[in-house]
Amino acid sequence: MAVSSQRKWATGYLIAVVLLFITYQFLFPWDGLPTGIYDFLQLWLPPMAVNESLVYVICALGLNIVVGYAGLLDLGYVAFWAIGGYCAGWFMSEFFYMVNLHFFGSVAKAAPGIHVNFWGVLLIGGLVCAFFGILIGAPTLRLKSDYLAIVTLGFGEIIPQVFFNGDNIGGFNLSNGTKGITILDPIPAGIKNIGPFDFGYKFIIFVFLAFVMIFISLRLRKGRLGRAWLAIREDELAASMMGVPLMQTKLAAYAVGAFAGGLGGVAFATHVDGVYAERFNFSISIFLLAMVVLGGMGNVWGVILGALLLSWINSTGLPAFGQTFNSRFGTEINFPSFTFLLFGLVLILMMLYKREGLIPESRLRLILHEGDAEEDLSAKESK
Amino acid sequence: MALSPVKVLQASNISVAFGGLLAVNDISFDVPEKSVVSLIGPNGAGKTTFFNVLTGLYKPSAGTVTYDGTDTTDLPPHKIAELGMARTFQNIRLFGLMTAEENLLVAMHSHLKSGILATIFGTPNQRKEEKEALDRAREILDFVGIGKWAGEYARNLSYGDQRRLEVARALALNPKVLLLDEPTAGMNPQESQIFIDFVYKVRAERDVAILLIEHDMKVVMSVSERVTVLDQGEKIAEGSPADIKSNQRVIEAYLGKAKGGK
Ligand SMILES: Nc1ncnc2c1ncn2[C@@H]1O[C@H](COP(=O)(O)OP(=O)(O)OP(=O)(O)O)[C@@H](O)[C@H]1O
Ligand SMILES: [Mg+2]
Repeated sequence: MAVSSQRKWATGYLIAVVLLFITYQFLFPWDGLPTGIYDFLQLWLPPMAVNESLVYVICALGLNIVVGYAGLLDLGYVAFWAIGGYCAGWFMSEFFYMVNLHFFGSVAKAAPGIHVNFWGVLLIGGLVCAFFGILIGAPTLRLKSDYLAIVTLGFGEIIPQVFFNGDNIGGFNLSNGTKGITILDPIPAGIKNIGPFDFGYKFIIFVFLAFVMIFISLRLRKGRLGRAWLAIREDELAASMMGVPLMQTKLAAYAVGAFAGGLGGVAFATHVDGVYAERFNFSISIFLLAMVVLGGMGNVWGVILGALLLSWINSTGLPAFGQTFNSRFGTEINFPSFTFLLFGLVLILMMLYKREGLIPESRLRLILHEGDAEEDLSAKESK
Repeated sequence: MALSPVKVLQASNISVAFGGLLAVNDISFDVPEKSVVSLIGPNGAGKTTFFNVLTGLYKPSAGTVTYDGTDTTDLPPHKIAELGMARTFQNIRLFGLMTAEENLLVAMHSHLKSGILATIFGTPNQRKEEKEALDRAREILDFVGIGKWAGEYARNLSYGDQRRLEVARALALNPKVLLLDEPTAGMNPQESQIFIDFVYKVRAERDVAILLIEHDMKVVMSVSERVTVLDQGEKIAEGSPADIKSNQRVIEAYLGKAKGGK
């Protein structure tokens, strides 16, 4: 049998990863690189934008579990992103200067504040978010989907507001309010500590986190829980009649999805080297939803593509296009201000003409099955 | 008839009201172990509503349901299903964008144990459990005669095969009682005959009692050991197929509403 599509996707993304890493780690610092190429890359594919798009991939994959797999609408996903970010702010900086707690941190022991190892903070951020996912899910998941959407919307508004105004909660400074928490500990990665400007290495770390989410998504999808999620998405009533506990299963989707939001939040905080409450606004929730819908609800590979594409258009594509266009034609059109017009248009067109997304899940099923057949074969061969 | 057979399912004095409408009115009903019993009646008689009470979808306004010695009246649907009460639906309700075998695996959900972490890491136990479940799913699909469609989307199957898949999915719950809501609806006489043979086969090879709602009198009369007739929420007759055929009230109920059976 031909190479499975599953593997084709994975290979494609892997090649892109290697090329990008070489570009940022070796080509960029190289003196011999022609300035033309350097400027072109800086304009159309700056490392900041690539790393940021990976954060979107991580979060979109989490949202995909809630929306794409389990079919639950969530309009407040940014809340988890924010909570994850503040976990990084709290546990990887000098923000809580009154204490001095170190746990395999990457800074000198004398430094005040809480300094937990980046990998530990990832876990904390993920788990705290999972906890909050369950907390808001438990009372709301009984609601019909429209009401659920409204409650999640509220949650996504409230959490950032709490952080925004959280510099004096009964005298306690939880979030440093509008000033945010800044200067995070570097990421300890064995050989060296990765600071805010080590784009190449950070790129690899973000790719790794994205990979973890891909792996989790695919494994769960093929297992008992993933099937229950899809069954609920397909026909909730029939699922419960077949022995699927609805509440428990939906909560699991919320928890796993929120966990990914936590990972993304921590990653994003190290990416911008700080946490700022005003960054976590409603548009991110919608943005992530658009990525899931554009890519093809439920299809991991499509969602990744959707996330990369939309994130790139937003951060780089549109501004760069605008700059090129304006200088060519001597106009002064503010292209980035059209971002949401563009995305709104894309969403409407998708809903009208291609509801299943660019790469619909139905194809994924075939993909998975090709994978199955191969696994069976290799299992037999290894005996 | 000294020894009355064990009742695997017993409903006592069930009533269901929708606003002012008494859809089911004080009905007592039982299903003996490994039997085939039928529930018939004109449209709107309350048959499906009664099924929905048995499977926990509706809570009755009065009465109790006992399944296999357990009072299930107040249990949530998934618990009742887990105990082994399985059903099909009058309007097919498959998981359309899942494959046939996945539809069965969903029904095995409550009997599988692997948690989130075991699934992510693919522990040996999880793999073993999945493999066994898949084998069993394929075995059941073969049993109902749609083994070749195991990897096909449920929504791509033909109407008749979708009906079979619903039965297969219900069997995957390892039930003691199988509730079939108009399984031959939309089938031609030839397909109905195949279905009759299929019921015999299930009864012969699986330890399961069948409770059948059916409009096709040929099917009802040929497979049922006992027939219960509902009309406007009330039980108007119960007995052997022969008794029912000649029962005056039943004939009136059907003639009065000219529909359904042949
Ligand atoms: N959820 C509901 N809310 C209100 N009324 C209902 C509901 N479900 C059923 N009914 C009413 O209860 C009565 C019995 O309906 P039911 O579906 O049980 O009939 P049935 O015997 O299955 O008929 P059919 O042969 O047409 O399937 C009907 O009058 C129906 O309109
Ligand atoms: Mg009915």
